[in-house]
Amino acid sequence: MKQISSKQQMVEKGMYAFFLFCGILTIGFVLCISVYLIIAGIPAIQKIGLFDFLFGTEWSSTATTTDPKFGILPFILTSIYGTAGAIVIGVPVGLMTALFLAKIAPPKIAHVVRAAVQLLAGIPSVVYGLVGMIVLVPWIQDFFNLSSGATLLAAIVVLSIMVLPEIINVADTSLCAVPKEYEEASIALGATKIETYFRVSLLAAKSGIAAAIVLGVGRAIGEAMAIIMVSGNVANMPGLLDSVRFMTTAIVSEMSYAAVGSLQRDALFSIGLVLFLFIMMINILFDRLIAGRKS
Amino acid sequence: MDTKTIIDVEKLNLWYGDHHALKDISMKIPANRITALIGPSGCGKSTFLRTINRMNDLVEGVKITGSIRYKGEDIYAPNVDVNNVRKNIGMVFQKANLFPMSIFDNIAYGPRTHGITNKAKLNEIVERSLKDAAIWDEVKDRLKDNALGFSGGQQQRLCIARTLAVQPDIVLMDESTSALDPISTGKIEDLCTRLKEKYTVIMVTHNMQQAVRISDYCAFFLLGDLVEFGTGEQIFSNPQNPKTEAYVTGRFG
Repeated sequence: MKQISSKQQMVEKGMYAFFLFCGILTIGFVLCISVYLIIAGIPAIQKIGLFDFLFGTEWSSTATTTDPKFGILPFILTSIYGTAGAIVIGVPVGLMTALFLAKIAPPKIAHVVRAAVQLLAGIPSVVYGLVGMIVLVPWIQDFFNLSSGATLLAAIVVLSIMVLPEIINVADTSLCAVPKEYEEASIALGATKIETYFRVSLLAAKSGIAAAIVLGVGRAIGEAMAIIMVSGNVANMPGLLDSVRFMTTAIVSEMSYAAVGSLQRDALFSIGLVLFLFIMMINILFDRLIAGRKS
Repeated sequence: MDTKTIIDVEKLNLWYGDHHALKDISMKIPANRITALIGPSGCGKSTFLRTINRMNDLVEGVKITGSIRYKGEDIYAPNVDVNNVRKNIGMVFQKANLFPMSIFDNIAYGPRTHGITNKAKLNEIVERSLKDAAIWDEVKDRLKDNALGFSGGQQQRLCIARTLAVQPDIVLMDESTSALDPISTGKIEDLCTRLKEKYTVIMVTHNMQQAVRISDYCAFFLLGDLVEFGTGEQIFSNPQNPKTEAYVTGRFG
C-alpha cells in the first residue's frame, strides 16, 4: 500500500487550520460586536435607569435649558409598529405572490416575476427612500391633507415593499418543496386547485412560511436608510400619520453630532444594544423554526 | 360479463406530447368487482387508471381523445364538473400521502371540501370511513394524533379511509401495496375484497400473485395497448393472446 507523503499530510493539516481560522474569525466578529455593544450600551442605561430609559416617553437629548431626557419608548414602539405594519401588508402580498410563482404561474411568467423579485432585493435601500420621498410622501401629504407626508404610514409602505423579496423567496422555495403527493391527494378527493393550495400546500409549507415572516421582521426592524428619508425623524410617540423616529434612525440621525464621552452618545449605543437584543430574539425564533422544519 | 357496467371506455387515446401512451383502449369495467390492471412498467396501466378520475388533467401537454362513461355520462364531455368526477371516483396512491395534520382532519378533509361542517355529521363520517377501512379499532383513541406518526401500512389504510369518506362509487388504487410489507399488503387485500360489496375497485398492480388472489377481472396492457381483458380466471389460466400468456407465466416483464 502506498503511504501518504508527509508533504501531503502537511497540506491537509494546513488547510484544516485555515478553515478553522476562517470559522473562528466569523464567530470572533459576532462575539466582538456583542461584547462591545454590551460594554458600550450599559453605562448610559446605568446612568439613566433601565426603566426610565426603556419606558420614558420623552427624548430630548440635546436640551440645554432643561435636563436632557433619554426615554426611548417612542423609538421602540415606532420600530414595533413600523415592523408590524410592514408585516401586515407585506406577508399577505408576499405569500400570494409566492403561491402564484410556485403553483399557478406558467413557467415563463414565473421566470420573469422571479427575476423581478431578485431585482427588488438588489435595489439599495437609499433608492427605496428616494422614491418614497419623491412619490409616496407628497401623495400621503395631499391625500390626508397633512402639513408633512413624512409619516409612520410612509415608512410602513416603504418597509412592506422592502420585505417582499425575502418573504417571496423563502415562501416560494418552501412551497415548491411541498410534496406533489399532498396536492394530488387533495385534488383526488375532489378539491379544486385553489382550495388545495390554501388548505394543503400552505399548511405543508408552514414552517418555511413562518421562517419567511421572521426574516421579513428582521429586515424591517433593522432598516434605517430608507425610512429615515420618509418618516420625518421626529421623536414623537408613534401615530400612523405622525412624523416618527425609529430605533435605527435615532442612532443614525444623532451619532454624527453626539460628542464623544457624552451621555447622548452613550445612550445611542444603548439604543443599539436594545435593537441588537430584538434582532437576537428574532434570530433565535428563526433557528427554532428551521429546526422545527427538519424534525 | 355477468354484472352491470360502471365504467365504459371507448376508443380512448392519450398522448404525452408526441408520445402515444394509450392506444384505442375500449373496455367495460363491471360494478362491485375488483378489476386488476397488469403489465410491465411503462405499459400505460397507471396512465389509464389516472384517466378514469381525470388526474392526467394535471399533466402538462397531455391530449386525450375517445370517451370514458361513468354510469352512462362521459366524464370528458365539456362542462363536466371535474371535482365532482373525482368525488365519485376516488383514488389511493402508490405511496401513502396523508396530510401533515391529525387523523380526524385527514379523514374529514374530503367531506369538508364538499361543504359538510356539522361536527356531529363529520364525527359520524370519520367513524364510518375508518370502520370501512378496517382501521377504526387501531386508531379510535388517537384521532387527534398527527397522521404521519403511524406505520406505512396503517397510513395506507388511513388513505383508503380518507378516500371512502367522500363516499365514492369507485376506488382507484395505483400500486397501493407496492411499498408495504406482506402483512400490511394482506390486510389491504382483505379490505379490498370486502370493499367490493359497496364499491367498485380498480387497481394497478405489479404483483401477479396479488392479481391472481383478489381480482375478479383483469386487463393486460402492453406498450399502450390493451392486449386482453377478461375474468381473472381467463387471464391467468386460459389466456387467449400469446403475449398475455407469456407475461402471466413470467416469460417477460
